[in-house]
Amino acid sequence: MSRIVGIDLGTTNSLVAYVDEATGLPRIIPDAQGRPLLPSVVAFTPDGIVVGEAARRQLARRPADTVYSVKRLMGRGFDDVRDEARYLPFCILPGEGLVKLAVGGREVTPPEVSAAVLKALKERAERHFGEAVEKAVVTVPAYFNDAQRQATKDAGRIAGLDVVRIVNEPTAASLAYGLHRLSQGVIAVYDLGGGTFDVSILRVKDGVFEVLATNGDTHLGGDDFDRVLALWLLEDIAVRHHAELERDCVDLARDAEAMQELRLAAEAAKVRLSGEERTTLTIPFAGFTYRRDITRAELERLIEPLVARTLGPARRALADAGLQATDIDQVVLVGGSTRVPLVRRRVQELFGKAPHSQLNPDEVVALGAAVQAHILAGGITDMLLLDVTPLSLGIESLGGIVNVLIPRNTTIPTSAREMFTTSVDGQTLVDLHVVQGERELAKDCRSLGRFELRIDPMPAGMPKIEVTFLIDANGILQVQAREQRSGKAASIEVTPTYGLSETEVERMIEDSFTYAEADVETRMLIEARNEADTVLTHATRALRQGGELVSAEERAGIETAVAALSAAREADDRDRIHDATTAVNRATEHLAEVLMDAALKGALGSKRASEILRDT
Amino acid sequence: MVFWGRRTLRKDFFEVFGLPRKLGIDAAELQRRFYALAREHHPDFHQAAPADERARVEETSALVNAAYRTLRDPIARADYLVRLEEGRETREGDTDRPKAPPALLQEMFEIQEALAEAKAGTLDDATRATLDEHRERLRARLGDEETRLAGSLSARWDAAAPAERPAVLAAFKDALATRAYLRTVIDDLADALGEREDASVSHRRH
Repeated sequence: MSRIVGIDLGTTNSLVAYVDEATGLPRIIPDAQGRPLLPSVVAFTPDGIVVGEAARRQLARRPADTVYSVKRLMGRGFDDVRDEARYLPFCILPGEGLVKLAVGGREVTPPEVSAAVLKALKERAERHFGEAVEKAVVTVPAYFNDAQRQATKDAGRIAGLDVVRIVNEPTAASLAYGLHRLSQGVIAVYDLGGGTFDVSILRVKDGVFEVLATNGDTHLGGDDFDRVLALWLLEDIAVRHHAELERDCVDLARDAEAMQELRLAAEAAKVRLSGEERTTLTIPFAGFTYRRDITRAELERLIEPLVARTLGPARRALADAGLQATDIDQVVLVGGSTRVPLVRRRVQELFGKAPHSQLNPDEVVALGAAVQAHILAGGITDMLLLDVTPLSLGIESLGGIVNVLIPRNTTIPTSAREMFTTSVDGQTLVDLHVVQGERELAKDCRSLGRFELRIDPMPAGMPKIEVTFLIDANGILQVQAREQRSGKAASIEVTPTYGLSETEVERMIEDSFTYAEADVETRMLIEARNEADTVLTHATRALRQGGELVSAEERAGIETAVAALSAAREADDRDRIHDATTAVNRATEHLAEVLMDAALKGALGSKRASEILRDT
Repeated sequence: MVFWGRRTLRKDFFEVFGLPRKLGIDAAELQRRFYALAREHHPDFHQAAPADERARVEETSALVNAAYRTLRDPIARADYLVRLEEGRETREGDTDRPKAPPALLQEMFEIQEALAEAKAGTLDDATRATLDEHRERLRARLGDEETRLAGSLSARWDAAAPAERPAVLAAFKDALATRAYLRTVIDDLADALGEREDASVSHRRH
């Protein structure tokens, strides 16, 4: 069997991993610079599509054409994301069915954006192995519904990857832990990522990983922490810099670039506050620089309600597993947001024991995906994963009531059979509305799609149509129908509510060639320009803040270097940009030191030097 | 959407695990057999097989999963046995709203009155206390019924000679109907007390 890689397609970062045949252990494949994480950011530039770090760097400069956190839009409709869309700098088009984005002068769907990320990972793996990689196991949040899973599979196809299995993230994490013999007994996996939250309860015994229950929220994660902090800062700025904002007639909330700066600064501060009790934020805006201290306690007060929202699903998962918190032998933390101390405290309170995270919470899901890939390839035969479907599956019956066919937390694969008949003589069409969710009324559940069964005309009540609903090992629904009198398979026409049709996927595969990724040369040029822009911003700011602290001669030297770099970035010569960037860095070295000294002595208070360096 | 091939012969859940049609099942032994069957039939281990073979494996795997889900729970097991013996597809109390067992009629009358009162007016402390009290009593009653089903009644079935079986089945049906009814009323009480989260459908593990 050909090679299968494991991919963690994350909200914030994505990774690709494989199992090393020699050691039998999973390994992350880093990029050419040795970085394991690929930021899940896709920029649609006039030169082509740019993915990863280069795209992330231009988030604040080209907010309208740079897509991030697209995972939160997968398998969703406009109405689902309307609230969130207000905070996203790129344009989400109103309309029926699947969400569409308008970026870089064209319309794209979330699976196409995800496909760009998958393609970058595929190429990364191909460079590593020196051969084509065509198959992958891709992870999704356990609480993803059918449409979200299908969208992920579609993204794989568009990227030229055969997604041989969709695996739930917390389960994948447990596989990685299991391989290291780090977990046995009943374990709870608490997985809080950039945009999604899952909790799964598993029994691990004799190499079998049996998921007992899962729950979660596919719209809750570190992104939300960043947003509440950014909005709080926005209010603070409005108060403190009222005069400047008034003077310049600026409404920061309507300025996409400023909002991105704010979001990125909030994210960075949040990360620092996981290790420190207090940090300083410095955000340069046109006309003024915003600077303030923020404490961990302040951040915790802001995110407390969000963290609290994870506890309900955790309790429901326990209840569904028929267990008490005291029955849990081990608690495992997964996802970058579990680095937040408040999250750790709440998890510990809930389960009454200290959670552990020996494996890097950013990497453990990808490692687990690689393990599952290795199982599918036949490389591991003593481990078996038995997962569940997270949401109840039902059909809409009379009066809009849901008739549940497969309850949530049923081990997959699973199937249910149901008989249908006609109510009118000669009726040739039976329409089934399939939904997913826990509510009693179909309108409150997630609509998966409509299934139209075509049958030969017969008197009312005569046809006996047996419909089989099967949820496969990916958690994806398959439907089959058979008219029992004739024994003929009834034809089914499916209209997914929030999905892509076969023809749409075909077209997107075509498009992915037309709008290819920028070629290597262009990409490196773009990266060089991004680097230049970052350095230019810092140098200009340093000059503004401390220009008078150095000699006129030194100032002139910096200004010359800055001018040279500004000119170089406009040309297409990558080496020239690199050299000019290095020159500016060198010219500002002394100024940066002077600024740091001033900061250490002066108004900045007791900050660590490294932090000030980061800020300036 | 995928269509999968010919129907496989359906085994009953006891046959799946090679067990006799008895209700006394050792949980650890059942789990051991389940893990063994899961390893044999799970799609993970048949990735390289042809499409129709994979489809058949998937169906077998689904059957094994359903069988385990049903048999590991003593109540679901008893419920399944009754259906199997009667050749029915639906569960007791699955379709219609279950009717009140005669023995509970008097008490139910009071509860319905309290429920109607709660629905009509505001939920004051006195009504809340009454509803809560009723619920506690019904919960205890439900517990007794489940203990009886999983305990003495199940033991009676396992010991019964063929001629006695119809009588045991009838007793099972009564007990299951009572249980279904009690659960419905307990849910109604929780609704009236405003305790059920966002009106979720409760799918307990049987």
